Amino acid sequence: MTRLNMLQAINTTLRGELARDERTLVLGQDVGRLGGVFRATDGLLDEFGPDRVVDMPLAEASIVGAAIGLAAAGLVPIAEMQFLGFSHQAFHQIGAQLARMRYRSQGRFPMPVVIRAPFGGGVRTPELHSEALEAQFVQSPGLSVVMPATPADAKGLLQTAVRSSDPVLFCEPLRGYRLVTGEVADGDAPVPFGKLRVARDGTDVTLVAWSAAVQVAEKAAEALAEEGISAAVVDLRTLVPLDEAGLADAVAATGRCVVVHEAPLSAGFGAEVVATVNDAAFYSLEAPVARVAAPDTPYPPGRIEDHFVPGVDRVVAAARATVKAA
Amino acid sequence: MSGFTPQFRPEHGEATPWTVLRPDGELEPGREAALSDEQLRDACELTLFSRAFDEKGFSLQRQGRFGTFSPVRGQEASVVGAAFALDPARDWVVPQYRELPALLRQGLPLEQFMLTFLGDPRGGAAPEGVNVLPIQIGLAAQLPQAVGLAWGHALQGRDSVVAVFCGDGASSEGDFHEACNLAGTLRAPVVFVVQNNGWAISTPRARQSAAATLAGRAPGYGIPGALVDGNDLLAVHQVVADAVARARAGEGPTLVETLTYRLGDHNTADDASRYQPAEELEAWAPRDPISRVLAHLRTRELWDDAHDTAVRERIAARIDEAVRTVEAMEPPGVEHLFEHVTETLSPRLQGQRAELQAQVRTR
Repeated sequence: MTRLNMLQAINTTLRGELARDERTLVLGQDVGRLGGVFRATDGLLDEFGPDRVVDMPLAEASIVGAAIGLAAAGLVPIAEMQFLGFSHQAFHQIGAQLARMRYRSQGRFPMPVVIRAPFGGGVRTPELHSEALEAQFVQSPGLSVVMPATPADAKGLLQTAVRSSDPVLFCEPLRGYRLVTGEVADGDAPVPFGKLRVARDGTDVTLVAWSAAVQVAEKAAEALAEEGISAAVVDLRTLVPLDEAGLADAVAATGRCVVVHEAPLSAGFGAEVVATVNDAAFYSLEAPVARVAAPDTPYPPGRIEDHFVPGVDRVVAAARATVKAA
Repeated sequence: MSGFTPQFRPEHGEATPWTVLRPDGELEPGREAALSDEQLRDACELTLFSRAFDEKGFSLQRQGRFGTFSPVRGQEASVVGAAFALDPARDWVVPQYRELPALLRQGLPLEQFMLTFLGDPRGGAAPEGVNVLPIQIGLAAQLPQAVGLAWGHALQGRDSVVAVFCGDGASSEGDFHEACNLAGTLRAPVVFVVQNNGWAISTPRARQSAAATLAGRAPGYGIPGALVDGNDLLAVHQVVADAVARARAGEGPTLVETLTYRLGDHNTADDASRYQPAEELEAWAPRDPISRVLAHLRTRELWDDAHDTAVRERIAARIDEAVRTVEAMEPPGVEHLFEHVTETLSPRLQGQRAELQAQVRTR
């Protein structure tokens, strides 16, 4: 075990996967000489050369489109969207092309493609850099949507993503890149998709989150503990595939549930969590499932984004109200 | 090698397409057919096949026995000429949806193509070893994919070349420009074949771009461009063959614009009489790509009435056989919604499949 931050975990995992399988290559904007704007690909160009760590023209659709072709040629591309907010410029290549190529070709062309994309608020980025767009991609059947919250999961889920024969959107919480540290297994420790992680046990209410919202939920759970409320925290890890059974069990155990996410409320993935809980655990509920999300407004400039991104106080308030509901 | 370098040269000017075969079937002075007699006869047969399939497809569609499809009519020389510049054993075709003869030459079974246009998911299953990507409906989306495919082969030391097709409408899409730019940057072994057939459904070429020619954009991407008479099978073949040779030699991509004309409807749901001027159709009629090749072959005594009859009978029999085969197939069921979505079905998808199958059983 080694203590790493998220970026170090991602960087060492990419290095390990490039060394493990010579079919893999990393491509994107600034991933080579610069090592990525966050340095996630730092040092890889020197180690693996320009055919395997490729600085691409600044054109998102062609980065993903080329990755599709590379996969069809038998390679394993790991593409980087510099920010998930820029993925709109590649949305058709991801949702309409990459995600359905296996189906369209009836299995002839599986798509072992990973798209890494940092996202999320709280770091005062310029416009269009912070948006949490995960729910948009959940509506693209064939695509896994992976949202690690810890360095250990960043490594384990990324290993699984690279080794999967299906396409994966791998969203990285940029706020946690350097702030979130943890013990990470050395060597191979792939984490399976579709298995949630219980980040904290509790008996009164279950807080459901993913990515950077997990840390917010954990801090809220600490604050709630001081009030005598025992909150469990569940990290979904992967939105697609979704661990429905694990979610139902976690909610049934407390009978109360609050979902927390950074994306705007309406039709966010929180709505899917509520619907799933309704289907799978309705009769165990003692209160309506609450949602804490961003308002349905454009992602704001930095000086007011703390009002936008759900904070600990809003989660605590929602959990408190849920526990007090009859 | 024909000796023709596919780039704009002052002697034929930006807007003068390269021609080898004149509309009357005679060769332009000083130019020659780069295809052998046998290849030329095969290419002609493939163009006739394509035209016959268009006619049969329209007829079946009107009877409700075939789905919406897009004919090749008028553009056969562009598709067949380009296809004959490829080696199906190692080269790839990345189609839009109007390239049936190229797909057939690569080895795609006709039944497969028909299934796609019948709306049957099994149509997408090109057999292993048939070097084609599935038909593309999202205009120009296939272009960056073709670049990646060509690049991927090159990275693995294969000498495969990718020919990717699109139309004048698709050339306005962002993906077109991104793909040409990327291919130039990577020197990817890809040939862009833009079939400028004059129409993007009802939008005329003049409303597509203010550029004098579409191939004339090539220097902006740092790659050679060539404008070719798209109704001249020999010219298209020659230009694409040279582009393929360049790509194979590691010299990078080429942008080829074939100047042609769609004779009639965009697809079986269209009505081209609402926008295609009758005088324009009349003007293009004498330049029909099939009569041109046939005239040439007859002049050289490579084609006679007996051969013509035999070829047309063979084509009709093959098409009838494919119709019988696909009409005899069991229609796809609920399970085909879920097959090949992902390698393994998630519990959620397994549940959805079970639920739908139960509903179908009780219907």
